[in-house]
Formats: sequence, structure tokens, C-alpha cells
Amino acid sequence: MALYSEVVMDHFMHPRNVGTIENADGIGEVGNAKCGDIMKIYLKIENDIIVDVKFETFGCGSAIASSSMATEMIKGKPISDALKLTNDAVAEALHGLPAHKLHCSVLAEEAIKGALKDYYDKNGIEYDAKQFPDCAHCDHCH
Amino acid sequence: MQVYADNAATTKISAHALQAMMPCFEKFYGNPSSLHTVGQEAKEVLDDARARIAKCLGCEAREIYFTSGGSEADNQAIRSAAFYGARKGKKHIISTAFEHHAVLHTLNALEKEGFEITLLDVKEGHNITARQVKDAIREDTCLVTTMYANNEIGSVLPIAQIGAVCKEAGVPFHTDAVQVAGHLHIDVKAQNIDMLSLSGHKFHGPKGVGALYVRRGLPLVNIIEGGAQERGKRGGTENLPGIVGMAAALEDACANMDKNNAKVIALRDKLIAGLSKIPHCALNGDPVNRLPGNVSFCFEGIEGESLLLMLDAQGICASSGSACTSGSLDPSHVLLAIGRVHDVAHGSLRLSVCHENTEEEIDHILTAVPQVVELLRNMSPVWRDLQNGKREYIL
Repeated sequence: MALYSEVVMDHFMHPRNVGTIENADGIGEVGNAKCGDIMKIYLKIENDIIVDVKFETFGCGSAIASSSMATEMIKGKPISDALKLTNDAVAEALHGLPAHKLHCSVLAEEAIKGALKDYYDKNGIEYDAKQFPDCAHCDHCH
Repeated sequence: MQVYADNAATTKISAHALQAMMPCFEKFYGNPSSLHTVGQEAKEVLDDARARIAKCLGCEAREIYFTSGGSEADNQAIRSAAFYGARKGKKHIISTAFEHHAVLHTLNALEKEGFEITLLDVKEGHNITARQVKDAIREDTCLVTTMYANNEIGSVLPIAQIGAVCKEAGVPFHTDAVQVAGHLHIDVKAQNIDMLSLSGHKFHGPKGVGALYVRRGLPLVNIIEGGAQERGKRGGTENLPGIVGMAAALEDACANMDKNNAKVIALRDKLIAGLSKIPHCALNGDPVNRLPGNVSFCFEGIEGESLLLMLDAQGICASSGSACTSGSLDPSHVLLAIGRVHDVAHGSLRLSVCHENTEEEIDHILTAVPQVVELLRNMSPVWRDLQNGKREYIL
């Protein structure tokens, strides 16, 4: 059996939404080069709807596939839906990830939440901080 | 086009080695320990294989012990020197920072048992010198164990000089020659090697079989207890097909070594020259004293597993020391040992070629790798930061 599912390989070989957005409304970046994964998500938001999303990822096959899948799952959706996106949902949509690669789907969830938090911060919108990961103090990358 | 460029991981068995094994399944199926004719015929085949392997290494047949592979041979050599060293109150072992885990993990275990381990630094020239070994030897040193050549980055160590230093100091010298047997000329006597590990499947022999050469007079401890096989030093019925296949493969590799190496070195150098043109990359390993088939690079701004998967999609089988390929968070200890920082160690690629690779295959690799590196860099936020000047280039 191959390391990755066909869905993972499809999203890895043909990643959706690669790139950047100029003057993005929200940008989220998680991970670091030292541990081998960096994900950066760019959001364009209009009337609480994510009208466009792009990503850049430095990382393994599952990191790239997770970014691609996660961006597909929030594109065109209201912010409230994007905030509910979980790493489990990303991994499930990819037809599973190997156990030691599950953190890649966690990074995707956190990068999206980080971008939404950035959007809130930039626009002075109040929010409940508890719904966002504390990336600055997480053990994963520090 | 399928290009197998991972010969340092394992090789395809040669037609001759496979052919040599067949009679061991069909005719010489006896147990070499049995007294009857069928058993004794098998024993003759075993003795013959042992003598032929010994000849390839420049030692006597009775100095060869068959094992399940290189890792077992490494374990047994190190454990033996440690056990007999400790008896004399000597509990210091010298090795290098870029050994194979079969050596490093055995040394870690011995450290927990009270041994002191010195790992020589390999940053300078991605190699060690005999001088470093000489300077590290102490009154209580019971073993020097250094690999003959590094499996990831291809550096070939100055084994004869290290052997001379060890002989002068009266310290046993073991070398893990898994990457070297069948690829470079070995003469254990001339090189003052006391113990040497090798593995059949690295030179177009079968998997699951290896050998440990031990200079006559050096005592061994058992890793596998059992019967009287291998002069009581390695229990278990001998893997006769494996041993015979390994002997045939090693003989062929040694007989054709110069001819094969001329070709392999040309392919290797073409790959190194071609890949060096990719911006912000670096060759890993000793550029001069280098295994004939080893090519190892780090590419800044990308991650190795992605690189391997995309190359695989183009039919190229390669390897990487990136963390993601090992299942841990840290990249290869070898790349860290030579001074590559995590950020670039993640972007490593090892290609290991053999005499069966062709010019066309090398051309295919040289077309594919730059394309894949560029594609991955174009989706990498690290690369963007490097290009925008937000992050400084390391390579």
C-alpha cells in the first residue's frame, strides 16, 4: 500500500489555490523551517464570506495536500463555517493521513484560524480569543 | 522511464548471484551441521563461500562470521570489543558523529551501561582525519569504530591511516564497510582493520545476509545464542542461499570493480556538475574522497519528502534525509553532523547510482530535478521570503 491515499496524492501533485493574494484581508502563517513545515494562508473576505483563498507551503507531501484541501473546504464559505473547520475534517476529506502526518492537517486548521484572527485584528472586530490556537506558545514548532 | 537511483538503500540482485543461489534451494538444501551426505555437501558449499568472501577482503576464511546483515555485524563487533575492554577496565569508545544508527544506537546503549563515548566531529571537510582519532585515543580506549564510507553523503574515510593509528596505540579498530564492500578495494591486513562489517544487498547480492570479519585472536561475544554454527559465535542454521548469493555478488563486484567504477564515477560526476547549477544548493560530503555512486545535495527553500514524491511521479527513485521521510521531527543526524542547519537539512536529496544506470537515465534526472525544485520553491513561503530579502540565504 502506498504511503498516501489517492486523494492526498491528487492534491499534492495538483495543488489547488497555490499562490498569494495582494492586499489580503487576512494572513495566517504557522510552523517554522526548523521543523520542516511552514504554511501560509491568504484570505480575501467580503461581507463575511471568504471570496478567495491562496496558500504557500514549505513541507512534505501531506502538508501541501492538507493546505490544498483545507483551502478548497473554506473557499466561498462564510467565516463562521471556516472557523468550524477541524483538522479531523481535513484529514477525513483527504481519505486519511498516516499517524505521523496528522500534524499537517493540524497546521492547516491553525493557519486558517490564524488568517481569520488576523482579519479580525486588522478590522478591529471583537472575538473570543479561545477559539484561536495560541501559536506563539505551542510546543509543536518552538 | 523508471530510474532506480537508490542503490545505497539497496540494490537489485544480479542474475549471477540469483543463479548461484538456486542450487542451495534445490540440491544443497541440507543443514551444514548434519553429519550425513546431504548435510556435508551443504557444508562444503558453505565453506567454499566463506573462502571466496575472505579472498575478496584479504583475510582467512576462519576470520569470517556470517550474520543476518550489516546491523547485526556492527552490533556484534562493538559489543565484543566493549565486553572484553571492560574486563580490562577500559570503557572508552571512539566513533564519529555521522555513523549509521546500527553503530550509534549500540553506542548509546553502551553509554547507559557506563561506557564513555567520544564522537569525532565531521564538520571539517565532511570527513575525519586519522589525527583526530590519534588525539582522541586514551589509556582506557577499548575500541575505535568508524564507518569506511558514509551512506548518506558518500564521504570515504581515511581507513588505512586510522588503522595505522589504532595499531600503533594497540586499540582494536572496527569499520562499518556496508557501503564500501564490492565498491572499493579492501585489504583488511594492509589497512590494519581488526573487524569489518558488510551486507550482501548493497552490492547486488541478496538481503538478510551479511558478514563480520574479525582478525584471528580477537574474542567475540554472541548476539544470537544457539548452536555451534560460526564456531559457536552466531547461533542459527546458516542462511546458505543468502551466503552463496552474497559470495557470488561480492566476487563479481570485486572482479569488475575498476571497470564499473570508471562508468559509475562518470555518471556521478555528471549528476554533481548538473545539479550544482541549481541556485542555492550545496553538495554534501567529501568532494574528493567520495563513494563512486553517491550524489547528495541540499536545496534551500524546499522539503525533501515533497521532492522525492514528485521525482517518483517522474519515475525517479531517490532518497532524502528530511525529517518527514524518517517519521521524526529532526532531519538526518548525518546532515546535522556536517553542519547543515535544520532549515536546509530538510531539503536534502540523495541519488546513488550503480553500473546499471545509463547516460539517458542521468539526463532524465538532470531534467526532472531542476523542474521539481523550481515547482516546489514557487509554492514555498520560505523561498518567497528568501527572494524578497526577508530571510537570508544559507546556501
